Amino acid sequence: MNDSQGILWEVFIQSKPGQPHKHAGSVHAHDNEMALQNARDLYCRRSEGTNLWLVPASAIVASSPEDIGSFFEPSNDKVYRHPTFYSVPEGITHM
Amino acid sequence: MNSLKLDENQLIENFEAKLAKNEMIEPKDWMPAQYRKHLIRQISQHAHSEIIGMQPEGNWITRAPSMRRKMVLLAKVQDEAGHGLYLYSAAESMGISREEMLDQLHTGAAKYSSIFNYPTLTWADMGAIGWLVDGAAIMNQVMLQRTSYGPYARAMVRICKEESFHQRQGYEIMNVLASGSAEQKEMAQDALNRWWWPSLMMFGPRDEESPNSEQAIKWKIKRETNDQLRQRFVNQTVSQVEKIGLVVPDKAIKWNEAKNGYDFGEINWDEFWTVVKGNGPCNKVRIANKIKSHEEGAWVREAANAHAEKNNKTKAA
Repeated sequence: MNDSQGILWEVFIQSKPGQPHKHAGSVHAHDNEMALQNARDLYCRRSEGTNLWLVPASAIVASSPEDIGSFFEPSNDKVYRHPTFYSVPEGITHM
Repeated sequence: MNSLKLDENQLIENFEAKLAKNEMIEPKDWMPAQYRKHLIRQISQHAHSEIIGMQPEGNWITRAPSMRRKMVLLAKVQDEAGHGLYLYSAAESMGISREEMLDQLHTGAAKYSSIFNYPTLTWADMGAIGWLVDGAAIMNQVMLQRTSYGPYARAMVRICKEESFHQRQGYEIMNVLASGSAEQKEMAQDALNRWWWPSLMMFGPRDEESPNSEQAIKWKIKRETNDQLRQRFVNQTVSQVEKIGLVVPDKAIKWNEAKNGYDFGEINWDEFWTVVKGNGPCNKVRIANKIKSHEEGAWVREAANAHAEKNNKTKAA
């Protein structure tokens, strides 16, 4: 039989206008419209948000936990990306 | 062979080092097969408990004594459905499908909390469940907010936020009944009498009878033992009982200064195991209802599927 709970979607909620969307959890649904409605019913029963993003879980590309070292390594040896790398004369503020 | 074995040891070492630093384990992290198995069982049974838990309260929605109570009960039962869905998703992140879990529930391969195998005989039972059953569940769930598996911990944070209204609304029902007519007060006491012991049973067997507990604590799935949580629940609840003029149905209840907690009587463990093994008052009817509603909903899932497929085809064309 064709008995299915629909595909898995990841739910991202914007808590108020101007804020970034944040991952809230997952939901099952058969299509876009149902995904939005189910996510609203499941994750927004107490005015948790003003906007929802629904992404099919299969569409998410993620780095692997094993990458934690090598993949993010380059950022560590470029200290000149941080403001504290630079010296400014005494007395200079607001910079 | 040797190098493979070494790798496995290395992986276990890394895993345990992470736990030691109180870091969370995430779905794609390596984890011991037993850790995965333990959590799939625990999270799915937790999810099943939320879903089956809708039945004893759903039983009173149409008979709630006022519109206010009816709205509240509806909202609470809807929350329980939501909690079940959060938890199913958390379990799915470990590699079991939603369909598989439902199948395990329907065939009896998976268990759910025994508390939901007791009947809800009067309106006061809605008070006792919210107050005691949700109260006991919160005790456990507050601890689980710090469980070592990320998706489970995050689901618990969300659930705990929602649970606090559940317990308060239950206590309010009991308080109103307890301060009403003699008959109403008697109804409240009767509900307390029937739900007190099963609520204490919710924390599970005594520590020395709970073989999975030690491992669960070692893996930081649980942070406290069954008996510790049970003791805290009793300590917290006794004064709530007294405050509304009811009596704890346990003659052995007595404040123990030395342990800074209450002593309490022995749980009827024969009853506990009888219900766990499927012979409680409502085990059969709960599962029969669940299967019936699943089967009666099949056409909805089929229609939703067909609709989605049709839309996909139209888009592709």
